[in-house]
Amino acid sequence: MSETIPTPGTPLAADAAASVDGGLVHGLYRDGDKIADTAAPAGPIDKKWTTRKFEAHLVNPANRRKLSVIIVGTGLAGGAAAATLGEAGYHVKSFCYQDSPRRAHSIAAQGGINAAKNYKEDGDSTHRLFYDTVKGGDYRSRETNVYRLAEVSANIIDQCVAQGVPFAREYGGLLDNRSFGGVQVSRTFYARGQTGQQLLIGAYQALERQVAAGTVTSYTRHEMLELVVVDGRARGIIARDMVTGEIQTHLADVVVLATGGYGNVFFLSTNAMGSNVTAGWRAHRKGAYFGNPCYTQIHPTCIPVSGDHQSKLTLMSESLRNDGRIWVPKRREDCEKDPRDIPEEDRDYYLERIYPSFGNLVPRDIASRQAKNVCDEGRGVGPKVGDFRRGVYLDFTDALKRMSAEAVGEKYGNLLDMYHRITGDNPYEVPMRIYPAVHYTMGGLWVDYDLQSNVPGLFVTGEANFSDHGANRLGASALMQGLADGYFVLPNTIRDYLSHAPYPAVSEDHPAVVEARDAVQRRVDTLLSINGERTVDSFHKELGHIMWEYCGMERSEEGLRKGIDLIRSLRAEFWRNVRVLGAADTLNQSLEKAGRVADFLELGELMCIDALHRRESCGGHFRAESQTEDGEALRHDDGYLYVAAWEFGGSPDGGDTGIPILHKEDLVYQAIELKQRSYK
Amino acid sequence: MNLTLNIWRQDGPEAPGRMVTYQLADVSGDMSFLEMLDVLNESLITKGEEPIAFDSDCREGICGMCGLMISGNAHGPVTTTTCQLHMREFHDGDSITIEPWRADAFPMIKDLVVDRSSFDRIIQAGGFISANTGSAPEAHSVPVEKRKADRAFEAAACIGCGACVAACPNASAMLFMGAKVTHLGELPQGQPERYARVVKMVAQHDHEGFGGCTNTGACADACPKEIPLDVINTLNRDLRGALGRGR
Ligand SMILES: Cc1cc2nc3c(=O)[nH]c(=O)nc-3n(C[C@H](O)[C@H](O)[C@H](O)COP(=O)(O)OP(=O)(O)OC[C@H]3O[C@@H](n4cnc5c(N)ncnc54)[C@H](O)[C@@H]3O)c2cc1C
Ligand code: SF4
Ligand code: FES
Repeated sequence: MSETIPTPGTPLAADAAASVDGGLVHGLYRDGDKIADTAAPAGPIDKKWTTRKFEAHLVNPANRRKLSVIIVGTGLAGGAAAATLGEAGYHVKSFCYQDSPRRAHSIAAQGGINAAKNYKEDGDSTHRLFYDTVKGGDYRSRETNVYRLAEVSANIIDQCVAQGVPFAREYGGLLDNRSFGGVQVSRTFYARGQTGQQLLIGAYQALERQVAAGTVTSYTRHEMLELVVVDGRARGIIARDMVTGEIQTHLADVVVLATGGYGNVFFLSTNAMGSNVTAGWRAHRKGAYFGNPCYTQIHPTCIPVSGDHQSKLTLMSESLRNDGRIWVPKRREDCEKDPRDIPEEDRDYYLERIYPSFGNLVPRDIASRQAKNVCDEGRGVGPKVGDFRRGVYLDFTDALKRMSAEAVGEKYGNLLDMYHRITGDNPYEVPMRIYPAVHYTMGGLWVDYDLQSNVPGLFVTGEANFSDHGANRLGASALMQGLADGYFVLPNTIRDYLSHAPYPAVSEDHPAVVEARDAVQRRVDTLLSINGERTVDSFHKELGHIMWEYCGMERSEEGLRKGIDLIRSLRAEFWRNVRVLGAADTLNQSLEKAGRVADFLELGELMCIDALHRRESCGGHFRAESQTEDGEALRHDDGYLYVAAWEFGGSPDGGDTGIPILHKEDLVYQAIELKQRSYK
Repeated sequence: MNLTLNIWRQDGPEAPGRMVTYQLADVSGDMSFLEMLDVLNESLITKGEEPIAFDSDCREGICGMCGLMISGNAHGPVTTTTCQLHMREFHDGDSITIEPWRADAFPMIKDLVVDRSSFDRIIQAGGFISANTGSAPEAHSVPVEKRKADRAFEAAACIGCGACVAACPNASAMLFMGAKVTHLGELPQGQPERYARVVKMVAQHDHEGFGGCTNTGACADACPKEIPLDVINTLNRDLRGALGRGR
């Protein structure tokens, strides 16, 4: 189909652009019913949460022990929820794929956690945090949920301090905080560069305390491979014991997924090796809508790829942009030179040049895209990866002159040391090299105000849901969301669902349970029997390459169509030609990976379809066909002011992914006015 | 560089184990140690041999999932985690021995993977502050002296990897436990349970089959997070205090 490039200021309406043929939009999906109700209570925005908590039914303490809750995931979102529901007296089963709940990937968060405490008296408030989060998300998040997030943020800090989380403190003994990610107030609480670790250890210890109390049973090295849905309700999961290979059935009154993000669909990301989409994707196949799958956050300050062997990318806190200056050579010929030999006048400090007022502190999405642009122009630095050098300098020379090496070391020492250890280069002597990397996924399973998916009894929290971050997440707000969901939101909303329990008893012989268990067994058997030529990792790398190339920082219709074709043929080859060795009844890491990659191969296609249908540039994603005259992102509120919630179109257990169905949830802003972002 | 790798292979908890020698060519100094093993595994799969099982997750030195005995050193020759060790620490022609953590309290699972759930059970015994969700006072109501806050933080940096146990000739987990006792015991919030905590944790430690401490200091030398040896003194002091109080 032909492409119309919108002229600035005259946005292109969505429907005018979509070609519908035989009921298929763009030849790829069907339109479904709109989502009319998000279950938020009526009333002014600052009263809704109080109303909801009051209206949620209570469960008699004596009955709680008889009610069972499955929580998959032990990160901030899952760990906090399991501990809290255990304390309340419910019978909780907690699952993670690592050998201990303490190792969930929340542990890796460095920078900090936001909370509207206004300890600095600098004008912060619930409303300002709410406003910053909605604006940062480029007006693609649901107002009611974000307001609540800001509202409970202050309680999180109190709770964590009571648990013994060692936040940074001032000499007077009170908590320190800093400004982070381009906001104008100091609201980010931190524990050196290990904030995620300290918050997670707090939740983990609370969880282990409940294990000792007998309210929580912990299933480590267990991987959820299927959701059990009985009579339209989520009633349990099928999990594989990763040590013995046993396929187990776990049934309960309610199921919570807190399984983290799916950035590993790109193979290289800052996520942990095991981070995956399997739990969410299996639920999607059983009917749960997937919200905004294409919304990915690409973080500008990561250590660049050094070669083909690379297994993951390492983030360096963006606080480095406070004092480091970003540049590339003006001329391609200089790219191989020692940066110290390139004189000032031959350097292009491109962020300072293009965005004079924000300079190196522009938001993540803009910093990332401009780094890609200068590298695409052939002005990248460092080793060649494929045809291009993928790196830009982050230079501390000026800061070292201005502040002394000791002062720089005090502020950034651990980051600079980490860089030195990984690359072998000393940043006190040579400028560092950085490049953007996939870091966070704003998309995830669709949930309502109660964090319940469209499948009754299936709740989704933390990064795994489509989240409060719209099309772009502000720094230090994912930790806030995980703990808000886990400690304060879910325990209140799930109570209402459980007040109608117990739900009719389900036996392990129920046809829906047997079907789910058999499906898992069949998949394991199939993966082990293909015995083809290619390793699981080789498929994963190829998928990652396709996603990065066609569904990464900049997307176009043509590229996305190509990506979809490539993914489809790669998926077909996977099921014909993958080689998974070893047995089903032992620890088998290839088998685990194969199952995850199989699901990524389906998710990747949906991400491309979602990206293709959203013909606007917004937040973390830039659509080539939708830009202003000077190349900045152009959002189209007239056509795309909605959440795209995708329904699975294939048969739930069959191999095919079918034709996805799009349900739109219109975004209504009553407390905030819509604006185009500008950082010039 | 070209390397000779002697790696412990064991099919399961009950199966006999053996050292197997592999040659690996063209290893780049920019690879991490685990990426080097990834490359070896890819070549094994291509040859039809089962890959070597080893644990890792974050590969950033913070989750504590990785851990290998590398030529007799827990996490290898420099102070870091196995996942953050890079091949530029080695030389062409080197021969490297790779084994799992060995301790009675860390039963074998497969190849280089062991079961460290005994650490979780030590935490269950008392490694927490009892503060139910929703019951917390305003965070600024209890100031914490910066010196104490800093020491608590330093101890809280433990990642629960188990290198201290693997390095210890007695397979003692005193450094791991001392780190937790110090983290919580330095803070005002941790005072009410301070003495009960240490008694219960030590009892669980002994019950799990970890050995006694003879002050060799091997644990602190191996610790990737540089947990100082004096956390064990703090633990012993609290334990004596608890016994003195008749707990
Ligand atoms: C390097 C890095 C730095 C970051 N820094 C910051 C920061 O400074 N501030 C901030 O706010 N945010 C930061 N983030 C984002 C933030 O850390 C995450 O979004 C957040 O911690 C996610 O928490 P979670 O509880 O949703 O999921 P996770 O912590 O990822 O936990 C997922 C859990 O699900 C389990 N699981 C997954 N799949 C399965 C399955 N199939 N079966 C069984 N169990 C399963 C896992 O075992 C794990 O327990 C950072 C992220 C990264 C990667
Ligand atoms: S004390 Fe050090 S070596 Fe021991 S578990 Fe903690 S981090 Fe690992
Ligand atoms: S893999 Fe997480 S610390 Fe090494």
